[in-house]
Amino acid sequence: MTVVKTQGLSKAFGGFKALDGVDIEVKEGEVFGFIGPNGAGKSTTLRVLLGILKASEGSAEIFGKDVWKDAVDIHKRVAYVPGDVNLWPNLTGGEVIDLFGRLRGGYDKKRRDELISRFGLDPSKKCRTYSKGNRQKVALIAAFSADADLYIFDEPTSGLDPLMERVFAEYVQEAKSQGKSILLSSHILSEVEKLCDRVAIIRKGRIIETGTLKEMRHLTGSLMFIETAQPIPDLAELRGVHRVEPFDGGWSFQVDSDELDVVVRHVSAFGLKRMESRPPTLEDLFIRHYEETETGAGGGV
Amino acid sequence: MSQLFDHTWSLMRFILRRDRIRLPIWILSFAFVSAGVVLVFENLYGDDVERQALSETMENPAMIAMVGPNYGGADYTTGAMTAHEMLLMTAAVVALMNILLVSRHTRGDEEEGRLELVRALPVGRLSSAAAVLGVLAGVNAFLALVTGISMAALGVDSVDLHGSLLFGAALGATGFFFAALTIVLAQLTQNARATTGLSIAALLAFYMIRAIGDVMSEPLALTSPLGWILRAKPYIENEWWPVGLSIGLALALSALALYLNSIRDHDSGFLPTRAGRTTASSMLQGTFGLAFRLQRTSLIAWAVAMFILGASYGSVLGEIESFFDDIELFQQLIVQQAGFSLIELFIPVLSSVMAILASIPAIMVVLKIKTEEKNERMEHLVSRSVSRVRLVFSYWLLASLTAVTMLAMTGLGLGIAGNSVLEDSLSFNTYLGAPLAYLPAVLVMIGLALAFIGFWPNIASFLWLYLGVSFFVVYLGELLQLPEWVEKLTPYGHIPAIPLDEVNYGVLVLMVVIAAVLALAGAYGFRRRDLQN
Repeated sequence: MTVVKTQGLSKAFGGFKALDGVDIEVKEGEVFGFIGPNGAGKSTTLRVLLGILKASEGSAEIFGKDVWKDAVDIHKRVAYVPGDVNLWPNLTGGEVIDLFGRLRGGYDKKRRDELISRFGLDPSKKCRTYSKGNRQKVALIAAFSADADLYIFDEPTSGLDPLMERVFAEYVQEAKSQGKSILLSSHILSEVEKLCDRVAIIRKGRIIETGTLKEMRHLTGSLMFIETAQPIPDLAELRGVHRVEPFDGGWSFQVDSDELDVVVRHVSAFGLKRMESRPPTLEDLFIRHYEETETGAGGGV
Repeated sequence: MSQLFDHTWSLMRFILRRDRIRLPIWILSFAFVSAGVVLVFENLYGDDVERQALSETMENPAMIAMVGPNYGGADYTTGAMTAHEMLLMTAAVVALMNILLVSRHTRGDEEEGRLELVRALPVGRLSSAAAVLGVLAGVNAFLALVTGISMAALGVDSVDLHGSLLFGAALGATGFFFAALTIVLAQLTQNARATTGLSIAALLAFYMIRAIGDVMSEPLALTSPLGWILRAKPYIENEWWPVGLSIGLALALSALALYLNSIRDHDSGFLPTRAGRTTASSMLQGTFGLAFRLQRTSLIAWAVAMFILGASYGSVLGEIESFFDDIELFQQLIVQQAGFSLIELFIPVLSSVMAILASIPAIMVVLKIKTEEKNERMEHLVSRSVSRVRLVFSYWLLASLTAVTMLAMTGLGLGIAGNSVLEDSLSFNTYLGAPLAYLPAVLVMIGLALAFIGFWPNIASFLWLYLGVSFFVVYLGELLQLPEWVEKLTPYGHIPAIPLDEVNYGVLVLMVVIAAVLALAGAYGFRRRDLQN
């Protein structure tokens, strides 16, 4: 079942098109990662999904309901943590967590206390004294103590230390195992790689790639390293070979999956001494997408 | 040892650079207002008889509590009048300026982590505190001179150079005393807000001690810096010892502050910080509770201020008759009508002014929506199951309750103080009815504020301009003999003068309807637009 679905979602601020036809689909029980650099439109998309901004064109639905018209209904089943958590300086963290719980219409007190101790937050301090990480914890505790069906996180761990990142990951896994859906945006790719089932890459307000990591890896192919007895003069010119760079006395490059057979046959004629291959990390995919589209479009972000 | 103060001079220059606009504005406004008041008094009260009459109206406990004893009462010259009516209030504002400046440059910088950057440079441990003290000593000295000279330069006979310099020095010395006091308190508390809060509380306490002392016991008044500074009696006896006392104590406090600063850790204070609530109270249930909680302190302060405003008008009600006979200005302000006492004529005039002032907190409540939105805190509410209409309604309700409370507080102050000075006391219905009649007008302003929030949030501040124009038109309309229609441009101009006019309920109902339509339009607009940040 589809939990979140957008079609041709666009948002213009004056003349500037922040979103230009975004299509994403989050299925029930999956962790969906939304990646892209700053200013690509991640937060704008999430804010449209939450009915904070109104879409200029296209449709966006959560639980099959319109995100703008039925916002209040939808929010009863959604928990959201913004990227930049700003809180009221004169309220304490504990007060804010309770207020958020009540505004959602009920939350689990015991779970709230458990979360506070797991995240190591002092709830008796005023929000003005909290660091960015602590403000983020307040929002995360409020979100996880809510019994939501969909969790939306905007760069949830950008202020957390590595230990707290792990706590966060555990709660995400727990929510997933209970059949809940999670939509999280990030530019920390290792985190997305660990947590997410499917990923969408956004660039300048457009989705340029969606799929599981496996599918994306297949599209991108493998990363190879070879060392040969004789030099290979035309390596860079071979079809399906990208990003050829000298490395440790040999060459490293990327090979498209469907050309892999041809390339390996070709290079083996030069007297292979060493050959290694590994699947690309999300970072490799990301960088490659950006470099390609950038040189193709001739413009930077 | 000398290393403690390394680079104090550079830091002083840095503070002056940062405040190169703020400081001249503060100093010039004091000079401008003080000199302006002298001119106004000189021109408003043409002769000795008028001034003497006014002096007599000042000889009551309420006025003494408010502005201090009337030392020049026997010969109420323009100079004596300025010293009596202006010295205390101006000194209190100078003290406030010093509190804000010191808090900003000490705890403010420390809290934001800016001081840490400075401390990591090769500067002395006490340099930054010493630099703040040095700059403020200079600022207050300069303020004293500029104010004194501008007042003397007007060439008013009774406002001579000696008296003017003393008047200025009294302001500057009080300012420096509070600067030093604030820097001591900055060592005790742990953040800028607490420093400012505690210092302002001290200022208010000193004001109250002086008020009680001036009315009941001279020695008590002398324990307050605001009390002893009044004993300088500029233009009358020209005593310099209070100025010396303030400066001497300020220096002692400065030394104490530097000592405390040297023995404490960066970012810490001597007063323990109280742990806050770990859970929300039952008040903080939803959007209304939150809206109230966020503005609670400021609303309470406004309610007290409104009461004091009403009470200060009330305290002069007993003198209305003599005001009216002696002072031409009042004859223009109030048109006499048969069948009503002067006081009954006066109350509606007061009420219109108080109603406009009482609108300020109500409008502020609505405009808080914009602040919350800009600071990205509205997002937390809207992303939960809170409809935007409910959000707007909460703020509207709080603003309306604020309006009722504030209007009632002015009436209550007016009544309590008025009846304590009047021989024949009036019924509280009169006192409360006149300001509360303005409720529809305030509701229209609240509705207008919501409409701005809904459709043009970025220019919502224009409402203050409209309120300012309303004040001008309503207050000075009679005086400047503006045509009737000008007064009708503001909602306040449509309110009947109770108890004089026949109440036209049709108009009042129409205003309430307009207010409701504006508020609903605002809610509609807010519902269909993007949240901004």
